[in-house]
Amino acid sequence: MLINVDNQVTYIYTAAQRIHHDKPTVLFIHGAANDHSVWNTQCRYFSTHGWNALAIDLPAHGKTNGVALDSISALSGWIKKCTEILELEKLSIVGHSMGSLIGLELASKSKSIVNQLALVGTNAPMPVSDQLLETSKSKPALAYQMINQYSFSNRAKLGKNDIPGISMQGVSIKLMQRTKPGVLHADFVACNSYADGVAAAEKIICPTLLLLGAQDKMTPASRTKALEEAIPDSTVKILSGTGHALMAEQPNQVTDCLKDFLIGT
Amino acid sequence: MSDHRDFKLETLGLHAGQEPDSDHGSRAQPIHFTTSYVFPDTDTAASLFNMERGGHVYSRISNPTNAVLEERISAMEGGVGGIATASGQAALHLAITTLMGQGGHIVASQSLYGGSHNLLQYTMPRFGIETTFVNFRDLDSLAAAIKPETRLVFSETLGNPGLDVLNIPAVSKLAHDHSLPLMVDSTFTTPYLIEPFAHGADLIFHSATKFLGGHGVAIGGILLDSGNFNWSQSDKFPTLSEPYEGFHDMVFTEESPIAAFLLRARREGLRDFGACMSPMNAFQIMQGVETLGPRMQRHMENTRSVVSFLNDHESVSQVTYPELPNHPDHKLAAQLLPKGCGAVFTFELKGGRDAGQKFIEKLKIFSHLANVGDAKSLVIHPASTTHFRMSDEDLVAAGIHPGTVRLSIGLENIDDLLGDLKQALKSR
Repeated sequence: MLINVDNQVTYIYTAAQRIHHDKPTVLFIHGAANDHSVWNTQCRYFSTHGWNALAIDLPAHGKTNGVALDSISALSGWIKKCTEILELEKLSIVGHSMGSLIGLELASKSKSIVNQLALVGTNAPMPVSDQLLETSKSKPALAYQMINQYSFSNRAKLGKNDIPGISMQGVSIKLMQRTKPGVLHADFVACNSYADGVAAAEKIICPTLLLLGAQDKMTPASRTKALEEAIPDSTVKILSGTGHALMAEQPNQVTDCLKDFLIGT
Repeated sequence: MSDHRDFKLETLGLHAGQEPDSDHGSRAQPIHFTTSYVFPDTDTAASLFNMERGGHVYSRISNPTNAVLEERISAMEGGVGGIATASGQAALHLAITTLMGQGGHIVASQSLYGGSHNLLQYTMPRFGIETTFVNFRDLDSLAAAIKPETRLVFSETLGNPGLDVLNIPAVSKLAHDHSLPLMVDSTFTTPYLIEPFAHGADLIFHSATKFLGGHGVAIGGILLDSGNFNWSQSDKFPTLSEPYEGFHDMVFTEESPIAAFLLRARREGLRDFGACMSPMNAFQIMQGVETLGPRMQRHMENTRSVVSFLNDHESVSQVTYPELPNHPDHKLAAQLLPKGCGAVFTFELKGGRDAGQKFIEKLKIFSHLANVGDAKSLVIHPASTTHFRMSDEDLVAAGIHPGTVRLSIGLENIDDLLGDLKQALKSR
């Protein structure tokens, strides 16, 4: 579906379903240089299990127009506007990587609207190395390659996708290569400059899942302790043999973890 | 090396898409000889049908053995995925029917394999899809053939049988300037000799029956997507960019902006047309793919020796091979195909049709049959076999004459191959 946010066309994937205000809503937020499609299997699952399942394209990503926002605070505010336009009073947020920081910020600032929060492939802070930050600005094509290298576990680098016949790393880099100029750098600036993650985490009152990959080199599972301890009601789930691209590497396991968390077993 | 692969072709040919079997540790890829897959519960069943989960439902749509082959060849080509099909012809048909329906139009090279030519010239028009055949060396003619209803530009990487070298960078640019994808049949070249995606092609198909298998025991095809073409950039591809009633109003370009083509091809094309590959064939073709690199190296060594021998022989009036300076695409071949121009080529014997037929019948090691890309060396007379449905005019346009003999050079000892050719030429 398309909505108008700040006079810009904004795209939201809904698995071809309409929003029903009597259903619970889960909003999926993608990471840097990605779009809604990284969430398609999860979104489809929740859309047939009693939920409004929405996967949004952030400003200047995917099919959404506008200019990339280079702060997590601004992105969080933009998501808040979207929820208001959609008249969503309560929702669950699932964010991956940069999207997890947006969810974290939103849940800390707008406690009354976020019911549940799932942070997938997350760290706070989420520093980006000087080299990668500079490369994202001067040589984005090289940065995409570096990200693709770091984002997958050793196992996944030879493939064997749960989705038959599809290359995980192939789709991943082609998606990044379609990113508009300057967007990756803005995304990385937003991640790198977000210093308030742990403080924001302390304010979260909703149940929160930290879903992590054991072989994540971008946001290592070993660096989430502070975040885990800061969130009053947090649960940690680590997927073995999985890198940063959790939804690509383990689409079914990610769905199962989110189902257990959002719906319950 | 393409930009998302951590390993080189020979390694990918052995490992991509597979990990040792989790139940028994089998190192070789098991053959999943099953039509269907037990669902653990009704919810999982529904989720698999609705693409909410990855996995397999029915082997016409996907199969674990086939999936390894699909990922493996896709990795070798640098693509985002593939679909194994019953044959190369099935792959071509699947691509066409995924991209267009009645009223669609294709611009194709006039130098095509006879089977592809038949499909486009005679069969698809019955379903309202027309093709204009042009000489792809003439880019102006190619551009002039593009119509508002054109949906695909199609050629072989090495035209059959004249070995016209496709100028992939130039032709893909022209196609892209018209918001059209370029699909290539890379059967003769395999990813060992050229990676068409790296040069600008958008779709590839192979007759996997040929060099990919290499053993001549299994028919199969594979259709691959580069993930580069933006199907939403125009309104030319409503099958991908508009809601599909046949799958709950799915918009494939929204579902997967990168793999929309493969998604529709599998979810509609395999589902409805059903030209899937048998898992046994997938396994057999995989055995060939595992040694593609070393085999192609040997194919090239033997081919160069045979080409040189024939080119110097007094009974031969012409050898058509792009590495020879007199081939019209010699310079382009040096640029695009530095590892070699394939192991299939034609030559003309002095004496025309009779001389050609006698020569074929005298050969002892070369097998006279309708195939190419086997480990065994093969020979055929195109005008009376593979291209017999073509008119004389079309034959000449495709570079075929009454005395043309086509060879597919195999992996035998080169001394034995040259000895066989010598005695056949001598005893004519």
